[in-house]
Amino acid sequence: MADLSANFLGIKSPNPYWLASAPPTDKQYNVLRAFEAGWGGVVWKTLGSQIKNVSSRYSSVDYNGNRMMGFNNIELISDRPLDINLREIAECVRLFPDRAMVVSLMADNSREKWHELIAQVEDTGAHGLELNFGCPHGMTERGMGAAVGQDPEIARMVVEWVMEKATIPVITKLTPNVHSVVPSGRAVVEGGTNGLSLINTIQSITGIDLDTLVPNPNVAGKSVFGGYCGPAVKPIALKMLTTLSQDPVTSRVPVSGIGGISTWKDAAEFMLLGATTVQVCTAVMKHGFRIIEDLCEGLSNWMDEKGFRTLDEFIGKSVHKLTHWEDLDINYHIVAQIDQTKCIHCGLCYIACEDTSHQSIDLLYGNPYNTYSIREEDCVGCNLCKLVCPVDTCITMVEQRRGDEYVNWMEFQRRGLPLNDH
Amino acid sequence: MAIVNNRLTAEQYEQNFSDIHPPFESREAALIEANRCLFCYDAPCMKSCPTSIDVPKFIRQITTDNPKGSAHTILSANILGGGCSKVCPVEKLCEGSCVYNLMNEPPISIAKLQRFSTEKAITEKWPLFRRKPSKNKKVAVVGAGPAGLSCAHALSREGVEVTIYEKESKGGGLMTYGIAAYKVTPQFCEEEVDFITSLGGITIKYHQELGKTVSLADLQHQYDAVYLGIGVGLARQLDIPGETLHGVEDAIRFIYNIRTNGYPATPVGDKVAVIGLGMTAIDAATQAKRLGAREVTIVYRRTQAEIPCTEAELAIAKLDGCRLLWLAAPQEIRGENGHVTQLVCRQMQLGEADASGRRIPVETGETFVLEVDMVIKAAGQMPFEGLISGNQLENRYGKITIDATGSTNLRGVFAGGDCVNGGKEVVDAVQAGKDGAKAILEFLKYFSGFGLHG
Repeated sequence: MADLSANFLGIKSPNPYWLASAPPTDKQYNVLRAFEAGWGGVVWKTLGSQIKNVSSRYSSVDYNGNRMMGFNNIELISDRPLDINLREIAECVRLFPDRAMVVSLMADNSREKWHELIAQVEDTGAHGLELNFGCPHGMTERGMGAAVGQDPEIARMVVEWVMEKATIPVITKLTPNVHSVVPSGRAVVEGGTNGLSLINTIQSITGIDLDTLVPNPNVAGKSVFGGYCGPAVKPIALKMLTTLSQDPVTSRVPVSGIGGISTWKDAAEFMLLGATTVQVCTAVMKHGFRIIEDLCEGLSNWMDEKGFRTLDEFIGKSVHKLTHWEDLDINYHIVAQIDQTKCIHCGLCYIACEDTSHQSIDLLYGNPYNTYSIREEDCVGCNLCKLVCPVDTCITMVEQRRGDEYVNWMEFQRRGLPLNDH
Repeated sequence: MAIVNNRLTAEQYEQNFSDIHPPFESREAALIEANRCLFCYDAPCMKSCPTSIDVPKFIRQITTDNPKGSAHTILSANILGGGCSKVCPVEKLCEGSCVYNLMNEPPISIAKLQRFSTEKAITEKWPLFRRKPSKNKKVAVVGAGPAGLSCAHALSREGVEVTIYEKESKGGGLMTYGIAAYKVTPQFCEEEVDFITSLGGITIKYHQELGKTVSLADLQHQYDAVYLGIGVGLARQLDIPGETLHGVEDAIRFIYNIRTNGYPATPVGDKVAVIGLGMTAIDAATQAKRLGAREVTIVYRRTQAEIPCTEAELAIAKLDGCRLLWLAAPQEIRGENGHVTQLVCRQMQLGEADASGRRIPVETGETFVLEVDMVIKAAGQMPFEGLISGNQLENRYGKITIDATGSTNLRGVFAGGDCVNGGKEVVDAVQAGKDGAKAILEFLKYFSGFGLHG
């Protein structure tokens, strides 16, 4: 049986699954329930100057009947008194000493405020700190959250203040609301942060109520940009994570991956692209803490099948498989193949190819079932037909190399090889 | 043993004749099903619908919260799309060809979704269609059944003034008078007719019977064109002794009585034999049972492999507790004091295949006797041959002959539906009505300059 235990800068947890800093981690009651359910750790909801939240706070994007494919919030940092938060954190650490307790922080914008807050939090026995440089709403207007994370120099400065005081590991959480996370990532690594986490939420409007014409979520007839998360943002998070894993500066520190993680597969993907631990929020807000069981069992079973005994054996293993476009092999060529015994004649491959791709599927009329077949000479191997096909393995992509040797785009041009003539 | 009415309590009738295919109970339930639809291209379900309803489109319109669009998609192809969602044998049409069947998954519940999308539109009379300006042309339609209504609606949309002549007191034809009440209620049929006429330009004259109160010659004289959608109606006789005994009834009349007079007023026997195994036989047998008959036996001279009704229909009869006697051909109905007491059947066996490939039942020489007090004949319906021949309409065994344009041999007289095809599904009649309207518009020289679907 695979060993799921994680070690993030010495912060140990029985599994790599932490609850992200968010409503599920804003008080002892929830956190104890999470630990009882089996979560490896939590990042306690951001502490700072006490604020007041509004109602309503969330909205979501449903897709083809699936609820909360994307999720959006306009909630701020903890709205509970600091002393109560600190007391509860200490109690959770005492009751579950084997779980990771990281506390998210967003102090007012001064060295003294940061130092004061760090000292108070360290007294709880927490194992690490996460700096919230990512919150995209509410706090930014006050010069905090993403307002810090979006400016590498300010971010570096705040990290330097923190590092003067902190005696436990410091993780800096990055905002995705930038064209690239690398400049801010580098700045905070150079400023001394021990680790990184990403992504925070993406600024968004999830939709508009077409009766009232008010965007969601509705607060007395008005709305604000919210922070988007959930399964919809996972691909964006994976890309941002990879840029950190590939950068020579940011790759020096471990990363805790965040962004739409709902299943063990999502987690495996984040870890293959360099995450040491992963943080989950939307999935538990939809399903409750009980999903931790399958998150662990699924990952463990996959690791057993792949022969990975520990997390370290696969963390980062896919990073080098992401290359530059110019390095891709132009001689590699695949064509679609339809298994007629599996085809259900829905025509989705045909219409996708005919209307939007390369018109390489033939339709042989039948009543009621048409027969569809690939014209291999016209197929560019784009995958679209296979992606729209509702039957797994009905359409497969078969390799038909254009040449034995590896030829990339630079070499292709150098040799003056022919481009398409149609 | 006796044939009596009022066998059950009001609650029992209510329960026995409640909707056999209940609608989705909520929008959410419909959405779950609608979201299963793959939105096939050149969809097999659409190709299997005689009226070519764009099924993937109307289902997608449910998922996108476009109920008006969804209703319009259905009803623009089939103005009786509401009724059809309740009575179509979908297992051999749209749902039977759903691609999910090829994955060994249950097909999309197309009929149920179609009902979801049409019911409100019909009962609330959504103004989904608008008539084109009047073309000052008048067409008479004979028969307010599915073919006639469909033809009338298509013509009126194009600005033609339509008068429908209907012999009964209500429209809907077989939908209203000839189908089991647990599939579609007379009440719904009435609403559907009202919805169709709410377009305007359609007047229905009731109690007007062709050959009695109204003549074809007069209609030809008074109107620019005539459409005959008179259906079939005469029950096929068994031509066996005892057919005139009290207690022998034809299925059409039996169902007509249920729908016209109501459940408590319709008498039924203790032990009922139903002869035949078409859709009408099933409707008669199941409803006899639901009216309180103790025993219902369906007598069919062939085997289950040859049944004309669908397997789904047969399942309803079985679930209702109807007994099935295969390879039994009625030979004689016996009675006492003028009342039915016995049905004598010949025991058959299957012989050689006939031209259609079905094996022909042949006699074994043995007979057996069923103790019954009621015999319902559902051995098929015959066209109004006398009426049709009497009007010099070319026909084949009473089925009106039409050419490729939908025209009969009489200039300006068109026909469609059961009176032409001998008796098919409601949905076939609806398509025939559309085809007839198209032919009439061409005949009226209307077709240039505006299209039927324009």
